[in-house]
Amino acid sequence: MSLTELAADAIPADEEPSGRKIQGRSPFRLAMARLMHDKMAVASVVVLVLIILFAIGAPLFASWTGHPYGAQYPDLARDSWGLPKGPSKDFWLGADPLGRDVLVRAAYGARISLFVGIAASILATVIGVTVGVLAGYIGGAVDAILARFMDVVLSFPYLLVAIVIATTFRPHSTWLSLLLTITVIAIFSFAAMARIVRGQVISLKEKEFIEAARSLGAGRVRIMFVDILPNLVAPVTVLASLLVPTSIVFEATLSFLGVGIQPPMPSWGSMLNDADYRSSLWLLFVPGGLLLLTTLAFNLLGDGIRDAFDPRSERLITRK
Amino acid sequence: MSLLEVTDLKVSFNTSDGVVQAVRGMTFSIDRGKTLGIVGESGSGKSVSTQTLMGLTPGAKVSGQALFEGQDLLTMNPDQLRRIRGPQISMIFQDPLSSLHPLYKVGWQIVEMIRAHEPNVSKADARKRAVELLGMVGIPQPDRRVDDYPHQFSGGMRQRAMIAMALALNPKLIIADEPTTALDATVQAQILDLMLRLQREFDTALIMITHDLGVIADLADDVLVMYAGKPVEHTDRRSLYYGSHHPYSAGLLRSIPSGAGGRGGRLIPIAGQPPSLISPPPGCSFHPRCPYAMDTCRVNEPPLREVAAGHGSACWLPKEARGLGPEAEQLRENAVAEGRTEVGA
Amino acid sequence: MSDVSGDVLVKVEDAYKHFPIKQGIIFKHEVARVHAVDGVNLEVRRGETLGIVGESGCGKSTLARCITGLHPLTKGRILFEGKEIGSSPDKAFRRDVQMIFQDPYGSLNPRRRVGAIIGDPFDIHGIADGAERKRRVQELMELVGLNPEHYNRFPAEFSGGQRQRIGVARALALKPKLIVCDEPVSALDVSIQAQVINLLKDLQDELGLTYIFIAHDLSVVEYVSDRVAVMYLGKITENAESEELYAKPRHPYTNALLSAASVADPDEAAKRERIILTGDVPSPIKPPSACRFHPRCPKAQPICSTEEPELIVREGDDADHLTACHFPVQLGEHLARARAGIAQESTEPTLGVSE
Repeated sequence: MSLTELAADAIPADEEPSGRKIQGRSPFRLAMARLMHDKMAVASVVVLVLIILFAIGAPLFASWTGHPYGAQYPDLARDSWGLPKGPSKDFWLGADPLGRDVLVRAAYGARISLFVGIAASILATVIGVTVGVLAGYIGGAVDAILARFMDVVLSFPYLLVAIVIATTFRPHSTWLSLLLTITVIAIFSFAAMARIVRGQVISLKEKEFIEAARSLGAGRVRIMFVDILPNLVAPVTVLASLLVPTSIVFEATLSFLGVGIQPPMPSWGSMLNDADYRSSLWLLFVPGGLLLLTTLAFNLLGDGIRDAFDPRSERLITRK
Repeated sequence: MSLLEVTDLKVSFNTSDGVVQAVRGMTFSIDRGKTLGIVGESGSGKSVSTQTLMGLTPGAKVSGQALFEGQDLLTMNPDQLRRIRGPQISMIFQDPLSSLHPLYKVGWQIVEMIRAHEPNVSKADARKRAVELLGMVGIPQPDRRVDDYPHQFSGGMRQRAMIAMALALNPKLIIADEPTTALDATVQAQILDLMLRLQREFDTALIMITHDLGVIADLADDVLVMYAGKPVEHTDRRSLYYGSHHPYSAGLLRSIPSGAGGRGGRLIPIAGQPPSLISPPPGCSFHPRCPYAMDTCRVNEPPLREVAAGHGSACWLPKEARGLGPEAEQLRENAVAEGRTEVGA
Repeated sequence: MSDVSGDVLVKVEDAYKHFPIKQGIIFKHEVARVHAVDGVNLEVRRGETLGIVGESGCGKSTLARCITGLHPLTKGRILFEGKEIGSSPDKAFRRDVQMIFQDPYGSLNPRRRVGAIIGDPFDIHGIADGAERKRRVQELMELVGLNPEHYNRFPAEFSGGQRQRIGVARALALKPKLIVCDEPVSALDVSIQAQVINLLKDLQDELGLTYIFIAHDLSVVEYVSDRVAVMYLGKITENAESEELYAKPRHPYTNALLSAASVADPDEAAKRERIILTGDVPSPIKPPSACRFHPRCPKAQPICSTEEPELIVREGDDADHLTACHFPVQLGEHLARARAGIAQESTEPTLGVSE
C-alpha cells in the first residue's frame, strides 16, 4: 500500500476543519445570537421593555401623581374657560377635556393598546398558520377554496367592513368591545399570514427532506409536525412580530373612529379621538408619540429578526 | 508585456465570525490569444479573484496589483472599470439567467450594450451586429430569435447568447466562470467547442474558471491550481496531468474516475475537508490533508517555486518528484522519511 | 456476471409516469402532460449496481422515485421481489428500499439534529427508541465515517460531503435490500466525491446491497456500475453491461454522450473524436415522434421519425446488450462524420466536427 492510501485511510474523513468547534447550536439560537449583535434591534427591545414597564406600572404612576385611574379633576385640571391645562407640576403630561391626568390615562391606555395588538397578532397567527398549513399541505380542492377565501378577505375594504361589524354588534360592555376589536383585527390580518405560510408549505413540500421522510414511510401527520412546522418558525416569527405594530395601529384607528375600544376604557386611539388639536397639542403628542415609538420599535425589531433568520446573512459578505 | 499581469492579489472579507481570507496571494499573467485555466474546488478563491479584478466584490479588502495593458485594475474607480468591462474585458457566468435581464429582449440587450460603449453606432447598425453575433454563436434563425426574451431560449441557447454578448465589443480578454457547469454533457461539448473556435478566430485571451479537469484538458494552455485561496501549482495542461508536483493536484487526479485513479482501480480520495479560510492552518495550508506532510510543512509555508522550466509548485517535496509514476513516488517517500525523522531524532 | 436472471430484485414493466400540467382557478383541467417516464422496461438483479445515465429531463430521477414508491405510476407496474408496488407501498417495502438524494443541503431537515434525522427510520417503524436508538444511530455514524459525538449537531454544521454521509447513514438504518442513489455525488467537490463513492462501494461489499445509481456523469457511472442503462426523454435507449457499453456503444446517443464526457488526460482529450450534437434536449412535454433522438441524431433516416425502434438485442451483441435503434453504430464507425438522411433544424450552422 502506498503512502497516499495509508494516509487516506488514517485520517478520519470528518476531521474538523480548524476553527469550528461549536456544539450543536440550533438555527433558532444562531439567529437569536445574531439578533443580539444588531444594535437597532437591541435598542428596539429596550424601548419596548420600557413601554411594557410603563404599561405594567400604570398603578404606580397613578399613586405617584395621586390621580387614580378614571378620576376626573374638572376644576383643578381645567382653566376658567373649561379647557384642559397643559403639562404642569401636578399634571406632568397635562390633562384631557374631562380633567383626567393624561399620563395616567396613557399608561393605562398602553395596557389596552399592547394587549389588543399582541392578542390580535397571536390570534391572527394561529388562524393564519392553521389555514395556511392546511391549504398548502392538503392542496387540491381544500387549497382552492381556502386560497380563494384568503383572496376575498384580502380584497375587502377592511376598514369599512370593520366599522360595519363593530357598529352592528355594538357591545354593551367595554370588555366585550375589547374582545370584538381583537376579533375584528385578527379576521382582517390572518389572511396575509395564511397566504405566506401556504406558499412556504408548498415550497417545503417539494424539498428533498420531505421526500426522504415519505420514502421512509412517515405519515402525513408526522411530516406536518416533525418536518414542516419547525421550518415555519422563522417566517412566522418574523411575520408575527411585524403584525403586532399593524394591529396596534388598527386598534388605534378603530378606537379613533369610535368603533373600537369604548370609553371610559382608555387606549391610545381613543385618546387621540379626545384630542382637541388646536389648543391642546399634548393630547395629540402624548398618545401619538407613544404609538409612533411602539410601532417603530416593533417594526425595527421585526426587521432585525428577519435579518437574523435570513440565510443570506450567513454568507461571507457582511451587510453594509 | 502580458495582457494581464496580476501580482500578489489578496482579497479578504469582514464577517461576524472573523476575517475570511478568500484569496491569499495570487500571481499570474496571461497573454493575448492564450487560455489560462484556473481549477479549484468551492472556496478555493478561484471565482473571487477574478470577480475582484472586475470590481464585482463590494466590501472586500483588496491588495496587490493587476495590470491590464499597463493600467492597474485594482486602483481604478467604478467609472473607469465600467469602461473596461465590455470593450476590454468581458465575463461569462455559470448561470446565464443571472446576467440576462428577464424582461428585455435578448437582441435589445446586446444593442444596448454596444451603444452604451460606442454611442456613435446607430440603432440599426447595432441590431445588425447583434443578429450577426447570434448567428455566429449558433443560434438558429438569428434574425427572428433576436426579438425573443431570455425565457424563450433553452439553457444552451442562453449560454450562447451570453457568449454573443461577451463578444459584442470584441474584448481582449474573456473571463468565463464555470460557463458549462449548469449544462448537459452534450450541450457542454457544443459550448466548449464554440468558445475554442471563437477564441482562435478573434485572438482573445480567455481565463477559464472550472472545477472540471476535463475542461482544462480540452482547452487550457496554462493551468493554475488553487487551494485555500492560493495557487499551489502553475504549469501547462500536459505537465499537470503527466507530471503534477503538488500533492493536491495529484490527489485531484487520483480521485476522479476519468483520471489516473479510475478505469478499474480504486479511487483514492483526498482525506478530510478543505480548511477554514478564517484561520487557515499554519505552514502549508494543505498539510492536514497531505499524505506527504513533513515536519517543515507544518511550520513553513512553501513558496510557489519553479520545479521545472515553466512549472511552479508550492510544495517542499524534491523538485524531481513529479508525476504519479513509481519513481516519483519513491522520491517522495524517501523525502518524507527523511523529513519526518529529522525532528524525531 | 452470469446472464441467468434468476434473482431479479426489481422488475420494471412497461412503466409510464406522466405529470399533468393543470390550469384553472378553482376547477383545474389538464392542458398538457410531461412525459417523464414513457414506457420503460428494466431489471435490477440482487447484489449488482445498475447505473442509469442521461441528461436533465430524461426522466431518470422520476424513474428512481417511481421505484422507491414516491410517485405512483401512470401505467405499467414495478415488481419488488416479485410483488407489485402499489400506490401506497407497505411498511416492509419502505424498510427494504431506501433512497439517497442529490442535494446534501435539501435532503436534510435544517431544523433537526443529526441524531434525530438518522434515527427517524427507527422512530417511524417503531424499532428502537431512547438509549437504544441513540446507540444504533451512533453505530451508523461510525459506519459511514462520521464522528458519533456529533450526534447533537445540526446539518448546517457539516460540510457537503459529511452531509451526504448523514444521508447514507439514514438510508442504511433499516438494513435495506435496495438503495436508489439519485445523483449522490454530483453536488460535491471533486475530492469529496471519491470519498463518498468509495464509502458506497465498501458498504455494498460489506452489506450485500443492491444499488440503482443515477448520474449524469458517465465516468462516475462507469466506475460504480455493473450494468448501465442510458435514458433519453423518458425511454431507455441502451442497456448493457458496463464494460460492454463503454467499449462498444451501439446507440448514437450513447456514442455522443461518451464522446462528450470529461476526460482529464489532455492527450486523450485531443485524440478523441467529438460528436457534436445539434441543439438541446427537446421538451418532454412534446417529445419527438417515433425515435425521440431522431431530430439530433447524426444517423437519422426517414424511418426514425415514423417507426419507433424496439429495445432489443442487436446483431452481434451479447444477450445482455439491448439497443433501441434502427441503425446501431458499428465498431470503428466515424459517427462524427455521419450526415443525417433527413432534414434537421440545425443549431450549428457554422460548426460540424471537431477532432
